[in-house]
Amino acid sequence: MAKRGDVVINIEKCKGCEVCIAACPHEVLAMSKEVNTKGYHYSVKVNSNCVGCANCAIVCPDAVITVYREK
Amino acid sequence: MSENLTKPENQVYKKTDVLTDKVMHYCPGCGHGTAHRMLAEVIDELGVQEETIGVAPVGCSVLAYYYFDVDMQEAAHGRATAVATGIKRVFPEKYVFTYQGDGDLAAIGTAETIHACNRGENILIVFINNGIYGMTGGQMAPTTLPGMKSSTSPRGREVETMGNPLKITEMVATLPGTHFVTRQAVHTPANVRKTKRALKKALEYQKENKGTCFVEIVSNCPSGWKMTPVQSNKWMEENMFPFYPLGDIKVPQ
Repeated sequence: MAKRGDVVINIEKCKGCEVCIAACPHEVLAMSKEVNTKGYHYSVKVNSNCVGCANCAIVCPDAVITVYREK
Repeated sequence: MSENLTKPENQVYKKTDVLTDKVMHYCPGCGHGTAHRMLAEVIDELGVQEETIGVAPVGCSVLAYYYFDVDMQEAAHGRATAVATGIKRVFPEKYVFTYQGDGDLAAIGTAETIHACNRGENILIVFINNGIYGMTGGQMAPTTLPGMKSSTSPRGREVETMGNPLKITEMVATLPGTHFVTRQAVHTPANVRKTKRALKKALEYQKENKGTCFVEIVSNCPSGWKMTPVQSNKWMEENMFPFYPLGDIKVPQ
């Protein structure tokens, strides 16, 4: 079984470009309905399929994603 | 059984400390942010933060000195390679890079770029090519593709009257002064990793004093191209890559 992972998103720095959503192989991320203080919808984790591959964090232009993976 | 994984020992990826915490001014989805981060991660991994001096251009990335936590110098428009030449000659033991867009490097700075490469200055030139002048409102650049719409070529670039796009990366690869010339992209995880490897190689070559390293990064401009970031990445794959093929152009023997 694949190792489980988790992502933490700095929602105040997220600009809602959705590049991470396209990069995620397990459809873990989606856009929020709410907006941050800048008025951008931000990326949120919507299920627990994350395996901690860090693809989302690697393509994020604003470096808002921190990735964790169980040891 | 939702055990909390967000513990320091489980952390596999976080923003490098060579990037400052300042929020970047780039538009959502712009490749500049990813290119900045890759360059910063390479500086971090090589442990040369204290020995690196960057030169910022004029263009969208004019404020690059706010985002890199290394010594930075702002250059006049197009003159980043000339400024970097001076810095490298005064501090030959430092790692010196320029970070320039296509309007800066391939238009107003053509002469400086070509002569710095021809002299074989031991600097790293990072060239972001998005085929447009993003900062000033999406005007046509020398790198704009034939038929590509911009605010100054609203019916698409006509080669008969507006000339052909300039492949400056191929041009500098023919010069004897360049050591390593490559073209990469930062729109998918695989491409980002390749770009990082190329930047790392280029900085390592600088220690050997072999010549100029030139890394072009084909990037998107969602605002200038009038697309969403995801659409612009797809458009870039379909239209930019056939004209600007990715890969190494000149590798050291």
